[in-house]
Amino acid sequence: MPEPAPIETLLSAFAQASLFELLAPSPPGWGGNLLRGLANSVQIALGAFGIGLVIGTAGAYGKLYGGPVIRDLMEVYTTVVRAVPELVLILLLYYAGTDLINRMLEAMGYPPVDISGLVAGIAVLGFVQGAYATEVIRGAILSIPQGQIEAARAYGMSPLLLLRRITLPAMLPFAIPGLANLWLIATKDTALLAVVGFNELTLATRQAAGTTKAYFTFFLAAGALYLLLTLFSNVIIGWIEKRARRGMPSVGGAN
Amino acid sequence: MAEVLDIKPSTVPPLRAWLRPHRVVMIAVALGLVALAATTMRWDWIERYWPLALQGLWRTIWILAVTCTLGFLLAIPLGLAQAAGPRWLAVPARAFCTVIRGTPLLLQLWLLYFGLGSLFPQFPWIRESELWPYLRQAWPYAVLGLTLSFAGYEGEVMRGAFAGVPRGQLEAARAFGMRRRTVFRRIWLPQAIQRALPTLAGETVLQLKATPLVATITVIDIYAVAGRVRQDTFIVYEPLLLLALVYLMITGIIVFAFRRLESRIPSRLG
Repeated sequence: MPEPAPIETLLSAFAQASLFELLAPSPPGWGGNLLRGLANSVQIALGAFGIGLVIGTAGAYGKLYGGPVIRDLMEVYTTVVRAVPELVLILLLYYAGTDLINRMLEAMGYPPVDISGLVAGIAVLGFVQGAYATEVIRGAILSIPQGQIEAARAYGMSPLLLLRRITLPAMLPFAIPGLANLWLIATKDTALLAVVGFNELTLATRQAAGTTKAYFTFFLAAGALYLLLTLFSNVIIGWIEKRARRGMPSVGGAN
Repeated sequence: MAEVLDIKPSTVPPLRAWLRPHRVVMIAVALGLVALAATTMRWDWIERYWPLALQGLWRTIWILAVTCTLGFLLAIPLGLAQAAGPRWLAVPARAFCTVIRGTPLLLQLWLLYFGLGSLFPQFPWIRESELWPYLRQAWPYAVLGLTLSFAGYEGEVMRGAFAGVPRGQLEAARAFGMRRRTVFRRIWLPQAIQRALPTLAGETVLQLKATPLVATITVIDIYAVAGRVRQDTFIVYEPLLLLALVYLMITGIIVFAFRRLESRIPSRLG
């Protein structure tokens, strides 16, 4: 029996169906599924990042200005969340969260609800992001020259006004590199929701690959989509950073 | 034990300062919660599963140690190529780091396991080679994926570390008549590693947190054991809580070990 030459076998793996047919945006192509998965991933990442920012700001305030009890609780929160794998936290919070909410609803006399994967995913990843964001924002607030905050207090600003007018804008240049990193982590962490069965890009890819047996094609395509998302984010981040740092001396001295 | 006995009077007040009244109350509450969990939750499954759990724990630690070591060894040339290499080496190294850091590890693992795993059987010479019994198992793909991932992240750190070693140090070594290899071995590499050491602890913890992903490609690590318990017995929270505790303890050990290592290495940077 003549054996096929290795290079032909390699090509045949790619040539089972043509690339464009497989990745076509409408069925029987799987491109549409992949793009829908990407849209879901971006949606979760945006939601989780937003929640993370809110938790992070509150957490940083708690750590910096809170009483001793709040400070210790925040320390426990950030330590535990940053030490336990996201996958474990996702499972734990996913089960415990939905269970807890349904029990509360039951106790109040409402019928149990089915919490959608999207909401649960955003909440859980947001909780994880919050721990990292707390540390980033705490460090950024500490980098603000203390006189600026004291001056604002001396003007009689209320704490909320102080936060809005002084603390947030002044800390932003210091926080952006860390927060940008967090955003990139958020986009990649959405892939973990594939494990709990949420239909984001990685799971959509696996389904497409499993059905067509063209594993390489689809995983490489999904990798390219993630990479594009990262590179596109980098462009936006660079633009935001430039804007936030306007009027400040450049770091690194290379300019 | 020598460390414990060596407490001087001056080191006692910080402990007392740390153990303020509200902390005592919080610790009491935490202990109460643990006692509540121990008495009201189901733990009878531990007896049946602990041999499997020990195996899983060992596999997690083993994968962590091997991939961190191999990944770090791979990160040194990656960092060096980016910091000082010629263009034809620097560009591929940077591209590798960007791709690894820009895509989820889960996707990389699945690409290797399902992609390569479905490709290899089509080559008769691979199927007949001596490596084939290994290539049919899942763990080589897990080790490869995690190693590449660690190398990608740490390669970026090493690039900064190599670039951060003061020029004068290298010039002085050259002026002493050291050859380039000797300069690298005696001056450049040690100082770069010293600069990278503080981030190394964090990267190792991140790597530990990445290990449960290998469970998705059928490697039975400690996370997969918890999943098995959940499937077999329908007990959800107890294995997950215990799992979180195990990871917390491993993280603590890693952080402690690196702190010891860092304090042992004299830090006088020029």
